[in-house]
Amino acid sequence: MERREFLKLVGALGATAVAGPERAEASATELEDSYGVLLDVSQCDGCRTCELACAETNGLPEPEYDEDTLDEIVRPTSETQWSVVNCFDTSAGDVYVKKQCMHCSTPACASACLTKALLKTEEGPVIWREDKCMGCRFCMLSCPFDVPKFEYDSANPRIQKCRMCWERQIEGEMPACVEECPSDAMVFGKRSELLEIARERIHQNPGDYVSHIYGEHEAGGTGWLYISPVPFEELGFRTDLGEKAYPEYVRPFLTTVPVVLIMWPAFLLALRQATGPVAEETVDADHTQQMEV
Amino acid sequence: MGAPASISRISPERGSVLSFLRQELRPKGKLLTTFNMISIPIMAATAVILFFRFSQGLGSVTNLNQEFPWGLWVGFDVITGVAFAGGAYVLTFMVYILRMEQYRPIIRATILNGFLAYIFYSIALLLDLGRPWNVINPIIGNSFGLSSVLFLVAWHFLLYITAEAIEFSPAIAEWLGLKRIHRVLTGLTIATVIFGITLSTLHQSGLGALFMMAKPKIHPLWYSEFIPLLFFVSSIFAGISMVLFEGGISHRVFHDRLTPEIKQSHDRIMTGLARIAGGVMFVYLFLSALNFLHGRLWQHIVSGWGLWYLAEVIGLVAMPMVLFVVGSAKNHKGMIRTAAVLSLLGIALNRLNISIIAFKWYAPVHYIPNVMEVVVTAGVICAEIWVFRWIVLRMPVLSASPAWARRQADVERERPNVKEVAA
Ligand code: SF4
Ligand code: SF4
Repeated sequence: MERREFLKLVGALGATAVAGPERAEASATELEDSYGVLLDVSQCDGCRTCELACAETNGLPEPEYDEDTLDEIVRPTSETQWSVVNCFDTSAGDVYVKKQCMHCSTPACASACLTKALLKTEEGPVIWREDKCMGCRFCMLSCPFDVPKFEYDSANPRIQKCRMCWERQIEGEMPACVEECPSDAMVFGKRSELLEIARERIHQNPGDYVSHIYGEHEAGGTGWLYISPVPFEELGFRTDLGEKAYPEYVRPFLTTVPVVLIMWPAFLLALRQATGPVAEETVDADHTQQMEV
Repeated sequence: MGAPASISRISPERGSVLSFLRQELRPKGKLLTTFNMISIPIMAATAVILFFRFSQGLGSVTNLNQEFPWGLWVGFDVITGVAFAGGAYVLTFMVYILRMEQYRPIIRATILNGFLAYIFYSIALLLDLGRPWNVINPIIGNSFGLSSVLFLVAWHFLLYITAEAIEFSPAIAEWLGLKRIHRVLTGLTIATVIFGITLSTLHQSGLGALFMMAKPKIHPLWYSEFIPLLFFVSSIFAGISMVLFEGGISHRVFHDRLTPEIKQSHDRIMTGLARIAGGVMFVYLFLSALNFLHGRLWQHIVSGWGLWYLAEVIGLVAMPMVLFVVGSAKNHKGMIRTAAVLSLLGIALNRLNISIIAFKWYAPVHYIPNVMEVVVTAGVICAEIWVFRWIVLRMPVLSASPAWARRQADVERERPNVKEVAA
């Protein structure tokens, strides 16, 4: 406690490093209680009702596509389409997968954002706030899933991505895509409960699923969880992201910052004193102390 | 501390403040120089491009896209530019902390260069922000993204610009003849220098730390958990190389204004700096080699990317290192200059590799900056040179300080406690 108070004195810059890890720890305990979605890939028919529901709910243009070639191309999510269902040609034939923001438990995007425009809410969704964002696109650089999209063709550009219908959630409703899905491919609920359902389904239908819940550990765990009949790399998922939460990669640097802030000036001052004539030194040291207080 | 008794204003022989300023604002020197002929159209084009950038959005003038959120304006102007501007903190360290007095003649020019570089690269950063009006959010504190490296870097930029302004301010005071203020500002120098070096250490490495979370997107040959350390160490020789490169040009262009002190010491300063740069590059290579072994990077070396990496590390770091060392031993100016250019290219390539070239090396379509992005980058650099020239032609940067300031400085240095003597 004492040490923390001391570090806080170092000011806003020192606080960067102190507050960073602290926040990460606090949220880690609440994570299992936040909401997420379990998507059972084997249940999805590829009807794309969810795409439409998403567009309607969020005031986005209705997704346009050419029915004939639709299953041959992989469309990325975009600034006008936050949720996309693509068809993958896998070892088990055509498999459809919906993708959107993963709503990471410890999101890289939110820890990258210097204005806190991106925020992991208590409920679970990671949301973006227009009045804060300055459009630096550091979130896009940092998100391991390449989710945030930017309106390059606007003079008042926004970051666009799925917000897991946060507004609906605080009203007690589930995300629109989950509600509208005619095949019940998605389950909305607390992350801990979803993990249990997922494990149970895998356990009880051994041949039907690969034994992996995508999102349980990926990038430190995500709010959206997937179970699938085919290996995830066949479905365009990155499987090389590791299990570490992405903000952890910056932690070593951030924890060194206050140390350098305190040690460096003292070291430099000592060095200057060591190199000069004694008489001059006392005066310069006085100067410096005065200035720094 | 005895407060100086004399109240000094703009020196009386210069007439009133207004006519002094009017005279100083007038262009000095020829208008139709080659540099002007080239830079004016570039800056005009930049203005037009920026008009479209702010009315139509970034997409109308850049090749940035959803896959490549950061392009030339960040990768070169900011990330490379700041490394190039490292000379200011390196030289203030040498002169004010280690008291290597032989480098004092070039300290002001170096600080000015660093200061302007930071100002203009911050402008470049603002141009790249999609919603620049919200830039005040992280500054006034209504939204502190405290876990963000970018937050730290942005704040350090601001503070460092202030520190450099204070470090340079005695020259402005001398220009305006403000004796009393001069004394106060000079007194701030050591404290600001120490503060400035600390900030530089942190944001030079912080620029590297920006890429820590982009781990899966940067080719393993360039991604390493030690990027912040490597960025810091390389900013030292990048800064020195820039001082050598730019110093050579200034020496020719502003030859008439140079103090005899600078003219005499020029060669000695060059060889000295070259030796230091060579030494730091050796350390950098050593760290890179450790990183290479630690990261088991050899498995990536037999590939196109491997060759590209070797070109950077051997061609543009090891080679200039050797040239620096041999050049300084043989006192060979041409060799030192070549080394400086090569090493600057090496730094630029390293920063661009991490931010653009080896970033998403797996992407089917790669970002390549368009002409407009290049023009704006050139325009920002031209504008910076204009301001540099304007200042150098007026203030005592390369030229000698007025006699009163030199007397003051001598007094300060030898008997700091003495009451007002100079006046
Ligand atoms: S997937 Fe990307 S955008 Fe979504 S919460 Fe995770 S880091 Fe943020
Ligand atoms: S673009 Fe906006 S949301 Fe993304 S990191 Fe920058 S300020 Fe935050």
